Amino acid sequence: MKLDARIPEGPLDQKWTRYKNSVRLVNPANKRNIDVIIVGTGLAGASAAASLAEMGYRVKAFCFQDSPRRAHSIAAQGGINAAKNYMNDGDSVYRLFYDTIKGGDYRSREANVHRLAEVSTNIIDQCVAQGVPFARDYGGLLDNRSFGGTQVSRTFYAKGQTGQQLLLGAYSAMSRQIGKGNVKLYNRHEMLDLVIVNGKARGIIARNLVTGELERHSAHAVVLCTGGYGNVFFLSTNAMGSNVTAGWRAHRRGAFFANPCFTQIHPTCIPVSGDHQSKLTLMSESLRNDGRIWVPKFKEDAEAIRAKKLKPTDLPEDRRDYYLERRYPAFGNLVPRDVASRAAKERCDAGFGVNATGEAVYLDFSAAIMRYGRTEATVRGIHNASEDQIRELGEKLVEAKYGNLFQMYEQIVAENPYKTPMMIYPAVHYTMGGIWVDYELMTTIPGCYACGEANFSDHGANRLGASALMQGLADGYFVLPYTIGNYLADEIRTGAISTDTPEFAQAETAVRQRLEALLSANGSNPVDYYHRKLGKIMWDKCGMGRNAEGLKQAIQEIKALRAEFDKGIKVPGSMKGMNPELEKAARVQDFLELGELMCIDALTREESCGGHFREEFQTEDGEALRMDDTYNFVSSWKFTGDASNPALHKEALIYENIKVSQRSYK
Amino acid sequence: MSSENMTLKLKIWRQKDSFEAGKMVDYTITGVSPDMSFLEMIDVLNDDLIRKGDDPVAFDHDCREGICGMCSMFINGEAHGPNRGVTTCQLHMRSFNDGDTIYIEPWRSQGFPVIKDLMVDRGAFDRIIQAGGFISVNTSGRTLDANAIPIAKEDADTAFDAATCIGCGACVATCPNSSAMLFVGAKVSQFALLPQGHPERKERVVNMVKQMDEEGFGNCSNIGACEVQCPKNISIEVIARMNREYFGALVKPEN
Repeated sequence: MKLDARIPEGPLDQKWTRYKNSVRLVNPANKRNIDVIIVGTGLAGASAAASLAEMGYRVKAFCFQDSPRRAHSIAAQGGINAAKNYMNDGDSVYRLFYDTIKGGDYRSREANVHRLAEVSTNIIDQCVAQGVPFARDYGGLLDNRSFGGTQVSRTFYAKGQTGQQLLLGAYSAMSRQIGKGNVKLYNRHEMLDLVIVNGKARGIIARNLVTGELERHSAHAVVLCTGGYGNVFFLSTNAMGSNVTAGWRAHRRGAFFANPCFTQIHPTCIPVSGDHQSKLTLMSESLRNDGRIWVPKFKEDAEAIRAKKLKPTDLPEDRRDYYLERRYPAFGNLVPRDVASRAAKERCDAGFGVNATGEAVYLDFSAAIMRYGRTEATVRGIHNASEDQIRELGEKLVEAKYGNLFQMYEQIVAENPYKTPMMIYPAVHYTMGGIWVDYELMTTIPGCYACGEANFSDHGANRLGASALMQGLADGYFVLPYTIGNYLADEIRTGAISTDTPEFAQAETAVRQRLEALLSANGSNPVDYYHRKLGKIMWDKCGMGRNAEGLKQAIQEIKALRAEFDKGIKVPGSMKGMNPELEKAARVQDFLELGELMCIDALTREESCGGHFREEFQTEDGEALRMDDTYNFVSSWKFTGDASNPALHKEALIYENIKVSQRSYK
Repeated sequence: MSSENMTLKLKIWRQKDSFEAGKMVDYTITGVSPDMSFLEMIDVLNDDLIRKGDDPVAFDHDCREGICGMCSMFINGEAHGPNRGVTTCQLHMRSFNDGDTIYIEPWRSQGFPVIKDLMVDRGAFDRIIQAGGFISVNTSGRTLDANAIPIAKEDADTAFDAATCIGCGACVATCPNSSAMLFVGAKVSQFALLPQGHPERKERVVNMVKQMDEEGFGNCSNIGACEVQCPKNISIEVIARMNREYFGALVKPEN
């Protein structure tokens, strides 16, 4: 099978306009007879559900949480990018496009990324119209800040709760359609299989998590907005329930999985505190606007700090190493995430880490506090302000910008980050890889779409900060509503789709047998025991640094762990009623297959790019060394029936508008 | 001050499903580290229960960083436990002492039926939002430019403060009247403070309050416990604003 991304003809900045002008439409009377299933209610899912229902389609929305408002988009902190150029700092659609391609280390599609940059401005307009309370300046206009990998300020924000505010906007829009009866909501439902009839996606098998019943749901198209798979690492910044199951089940039914090894390790997370740890907490990238990252310059100081004999605030400036500012003077603390993460790992591996485990660096706000304090004192006409007064004024301003983040930090670590620098370390955060989609966001299964983090499309090998919210909403509000019509135009004569068919029966039986097998294994270890083991293999061998030998070992270890899991797992209870352990078991079973695919993908890609850092392929300075002649393609994997032997299909990446070059942030 | 290795007595509400009666059950847990979160402590308990062949404690949780609003435990008689401005998942065991007895119950309200153990059904909150917690604007990409209407920073900030509600239901759980007015008032206030919300402000408040009443939530009698236990520190000023909006809508129903 040759992968065809179906990118429209024409100049880059005309492709989307031309596409929209020529795409087939479905008239309003026909839309009323067409059902669309949307799985997941985060930014992509909620915005798609709202938009499609407004257009007249009959939508069924599914989420495993108790309410659609819980989806993990809610936890996004820092902001959302848009090429509004309100700051008059030289921004444009082209620059956002260029920054995203470059930030992704030249491993994404030009046409998709340009479309994303084009619709970015509509997103802000739409959200403001919905009543999303973005931060404003004293003139009443919208405020912006900077994020990593850019030299402009194009990030719109709502304190450190931008994801929450955007999700609640989309949730409100969807709720309005639920109230009108245009969206039917299935909360506490989990998709466990995709049903294919005559080669087309025609529905799903979902488990009602309250009653435990398996349900059949049919539709003319199925849209997966099911987020990323970072929880394959066990410890990540994802929510506990975030999982790959919907996507993986679609993959097993024929949807190709693209670039699975492209995972984002976020540089600024709260370090691991002990074996009991269940998840990691992000400290927003926006903090790198004002926080300076450093470790001690001398090992003896690092040792003294680790032994708690020395306080970081007592270490003089000339004994500190602001290593990002030193290595990357042009971007400083605002280098992209992959670069910042590797730099932190490099310093910690070299023995300069600052917490008990040696795996932490400082994120220090003292300079910003004093800078803001001095400005504020001047504004208020206090000319002889004391150091303490300046610090107090500065702390107030920092609190206004990042208050909730500082509070979160203090809750977890029990240290006051206004007084002593934060300790941070990289953690798994986002997955650029995902289900392969074409320009229309359709997977390799006709009628099955993937939006948001669940697809692979826009971020290449590394996502820039504040671009996940942008992509989720772009897909759901402004892309899918056009592209899905091109497929559904052929479905106007199909009529209602019966669930009383052999295909639905077969899929339901398969799900039932799978869950029964998990329940009857009757081993001795809970699900988390295996999940932690898988996570450790992935973090050690397919994490920030990877090499061929480690990946080969990881593949063998995961295979062995899978066999162990099938026999050794202990899942209490039954199919009937609420059973969270059974839910987890099915999710981890899918992670155990995905993990192997990620390692196979990482082993196959013999180059370094973005978040995929193969230790064998680096420049003299330790930067990622791409192999553009041989690896300038999307690795798209087909499930063959044997998780250990997937088939690779390549989609060549063609750059017509951007000159591919070595990424430099120096 | 908590020790590095605590032993705690837990009294946890166990209830098989919505139909059967529940009861408090005693457990002892050892080896609790002060750095653990409260939910990680429950994870350890569940691990032990599963290994022994017992049914683990069912509880709602997802983001574990205080923003999704899913976790919902009533700890020692307080929604989200003894600390202020935090959710259950942000509570750490350093807030307890070796030898403590901790009572853990679900949210209790007519509007929040128990599904299992500590898990409740908060669908009522979704239905209140569906009744009017939105601004009627379709997706078009052709709305006004986002900067077309300046909004005073103070109004935008106050609207934001109200909008930070996570819909966890602690306000209902802690209120002797099981009132949902802090939740409803927060959403009403967010939109009442913004010009975009004005065209529908009257029907919005009337419809949301009607749904709130139908769900069986009680009225506010100015006790103020909700704002004390709200993990996002939402002020009961939002209830006052909702009441003003409501009476305004009744006196002069058209916009």
